[in-house]
Amino acid sequence: MKSPAALFCVSEDPKNTMIEVENLTKRYGRTTAVDGISFRVHKGEILGFLGPNGAGKTTTMRVLTCYLPPTEGTARVAGYDVFEAPLEVKRRVGYLPETPPLYPDMEVVEYLDFCAKIKGVPAPLRGARIDEAVGKVRLGDERRKLIGRLSKGFRQRVGLAQAIIHNPDVLILDEPTAGLDPKQIIETRELIKGLGGEHTVVLSTHILPEVSMTCGRVVIINRGRVVAEDTPANLTQRLKGAAALKLEVRGPREAVLDTVRAVPGVLSARALPGEGAAVELEVDVEQGGDVRADLARAVVRGGYDLLELQRMGMSLEEIFLHLTTTDAAVAEGAPSVEAVH
Amino acid sequence: MSAARNVAAIVQKEWRHYFGSPIAWVALFVWTMLFGIFFYFAFSFFVQRSAMSAQHMEMGGGPAMSLNDWVIAPVLQNMSVVALFIVPMLTMRLFAEEKRQGTIELLATSPLTDLQIVLGKFLAACGLYALMIVAGLANLALVWHYATVNPEWKPVLTGALALLLFGGSFIAMGLFVSTLTRNQIVAAILSFCLFLGMWTLGWADDPMGGPAGKVVAYLGATTHLEQMLKGVLALKDLVFYLSLITFGLFLAHQSVESQRWRA
Repeated sequence: MKSPAALFCVSEDPKNTMIEVENLTKRYGRTTAVDGISFRVHKGEILGFLGPNGAGKTTTMRVLTCYLPPTEGTARVAGYDVFEAPLEVKRRVGYLPETPPLYPDMEVVEYLDFCAKIKGVPAPLRGARIDEAVGKVRLGDERRKLIGRLSKGFRQRVGLAQAIIHNPDVLILDEPTAGLDPKQIIETRELIKGLGGEHTVVLSTHILPEVSMTCGRVVIINRGRVVAEDTPANLTQRLKGAAALKLEVRGPREAVLDTVRAVPGVLSARALPGEGAAVELEVDVEQGGDVRADLARAVVRGGYDLLELQRMGMSLEEIFLHLTTTDAAVAEGAPSVEAVH
Repeated sequence: MSAARNVAAIVQKEWRHYFGSPIAWVALFVWTMLFGIFFYFAFSFFVQRSAMSAQHMEMGGGPAMSLNDWVIAPVLQNMSVVALFIVPMLTMRLFAEEKRQGTIELLATSPLTDLQIVLGKFLAACGLYALMIVAGLANLALVWHYATVNPEWKPVLTGALALLLFGGSFIAMGLFVSTLTRNQIVAAILSFCLFLGMWTLGWADDPMGGPAGKVVAYLGATTHLEQMLKGVLALKDLVFYLSLITFGLFLAHQSVESQRWRA
């Protein structure tokens, strides 16, 4: 079916860029929920949208799914502008809102059939599409049950099945693991990982480990602005600054500290407060070279027992805390996130 | 093509909700029961009166009484009052429930237009209402079966059409009211008040009154019912109800659309 809206296909690089957000702003009355954010998502990529509650994640997703019109700026999905050609965008997007939009008085299959119909799946394909979606989210045994009788985890799966029923190019999932138990969370993550490649996925979350487990790239937003954008590994790398080591050594506290400080490459060392024969140390070392071997040798040569030596990478959680806490500092001219970019 | 398919999908879904919940059954039960009761009383009254007038006939006076005028038209008139109470039941959940459940987000992010959603919901409620009318009219089969002189069927058709258009304009208005809230009960009460207001406009027609009263009365929902119940199909009555329906759907559409902008 050819529609006049096809004229709005204007993306320069339609092959690779699936979602293109430029300077998007959304205001509700006087409050600004999203303040001029820009990012791109490539085909087959899984992008994590990370931010605390109220950061503007849901609003951005609602604009991308044509639920809300943007106040300023543009958003393009698969080359179609959300404002100019909403029907074309909606055809290509599967969306799972924060609360799955379910009719409790319908059976699972009945509901999916309705979704397939309104999402324009042609009648002959509908049965197969429903079976495929039910299979992917593993709802096989529940297909004839009333949605109202399903547990939270299964409802979430029905919501996910609804989002993929028309085999969309783009999947937008708003907190897909919220409220699930740990086993269900792991299953959902596996499922989402499986969807990447074939589909372009944008998922939002405020749970940090989720991002490093499922996403290829992260956009961190806070108070409606993008504060960082990179792969989870790179973000960790970039924010490391100085690498840190943790040591546990048996020996007199001051003597051990002096020994450690004397090792070339060690920037600083401090002992953690504690009783007993063993001292716990946090050691900051220069980036680049590896001083662990030298450290170990120095400790042993000094006649102390090395009980533990561990590298402390900064977890994404810390980065996130860092980002959101230093963001306020930017305004005050303190060393800032901008320096990291 | 796809527009019609989308509307049909919404209609089917709404019927699933109607018949999957007690709403449709309660509405059908109340409607057919009241239809039967009104029909019974009108008919016994008719039998009584015609026995009396048969005695008069022997004395040489009085025209034969018409079943159309004495039974069918009054019963349909009464049913229009029942519609006043039942239509809010049919329309209250149409949008309010979608908003409360969050399923409006599903509809709004699917490749449907707002107009298709509004039309689908309107047609679903009208369909159920039409089914109620047909179920009520089944009572009349008795008349055709037993009466020696059958009533005319054309006034029955115009009467049924009048009831459908009358209820349809309430449904369109009720649909609009349902877009304004996420609470079904609030939607039902507001719709009922609105319908009652539309109803009472007809009372403004005072034979001694000036043109203002006439204009107001012309806008009354019942004013245009009488002629059609009598079997007169006038263009102005059709136009009146059809424009009321269009107006209600227009308001509902505007409301759905504007809420997205304000949200």
